[in-house]
Amino acid sequence: MISPLADPVLFHIGPAPITSAVAVTWGLMAFLAGGAFWATRKLSIDASPTQSVFELIVDTVDGQIRDTMQAEPARYRAFIGTLFVFIFVANWSTLIPGVEPPTAHLETDIALAFLVFLAVIVFGIRAGGVRHYLATFASPNPIMIPLNFVESLTRVFSMFVRLFGNVMSGVFMIGIVLMLAGFLVPIPLMALDLLTGAVQAYIFAILAMVFIAGAIGDVKPASPKQEKGD
Amino acid sequence: MNWAAVVSIFSAAMAVSFGAIGPALGEGRAVAAAMDAIARQPESANTISRTLFVGLAMIETMAIYCLVIALLLLFANPLLK
Repeated sequence: MISPLADPVLFHIGPAPITSAVAVTWGLMAFLAGGAFWATRKLSIDASPTQSVFELIVDTVDGQIRDTMQAEPARYRAFIGTLFVFIFVANWSTLIPGVEPPTAHLETDIALAFLVFLAVIVFGIRAGGVRHYLATFASPNPIMIPLNFVESLTRVFSMFVRLFGNVMSGVFMIGIVLMLAGFLVPIPLMALDLLTGAVQAYIFAILAMVFIAGAIGDVKPASPKQEKGD
Repeated sequence: MNWAAVVSIFSAAMAVSFGAIGPALGEGRAVAAAMDAIARQPESANTISRTLFVGLAMIETMAIYCLVIALLLLFANPLLK
């Protein structure tokens, strides 16, 4: 049986081995970038049905950011939205025969979690300055500094193990059932896998929002809507 | 098949089986509580089920950790190299 932790190398570009996960990721990136370019090519005030669908997606992401972070979404929309859409599409890429989702390989998940780790620092510093960001480690009191510091690393670790474990276990289970029972039997499992994939994408985005919101702390950008809400 | 391989396979099975007990109980409690909440306040079913899904996935992660440990034991075991 092929190890789920191994990743077959397709070809080499110079010294860099290109694995199937990287190739699929490139395909997804091209698909998403092309799709985004195509969707925003002809924007108009009276939206066409396609534009309405995309507006609905953006609106939903905005609503989630507003609910979870209690902040105006404009600053975080690009990062959170891209995370969600990419992981969602990556998890559902298993629908294409022969394609294994790149999130079923540890490297992709580590890269995504590392992005979140960096984003927490960047957004935290941008919101209130370095001092305020460092002060969030000392909340609720200075005794918590080592714990908070360790937590900022371990939560990123748990984040990528969660995504990796869920997606990989889905792929692995389908492989085992296919081996034992054969054709058409794993279809219910695949449906479950799609649900898991969507929920995991949602959770990854939600967790990223929660972490960033924690780093921002109490500093809220002054906006009339926010003050009215509170 | 040497001694380390036997122990690895056995402990991989133990990790998954016992690691699944806790999350299963936890998920059961979470779903029961959510059902209760929805029965009391059907109008907030949306929020509750959204939170429930996130919570379930969080709890499920514990079992997934065990699965990852089991797979590490089976496929990336340093003792068997």
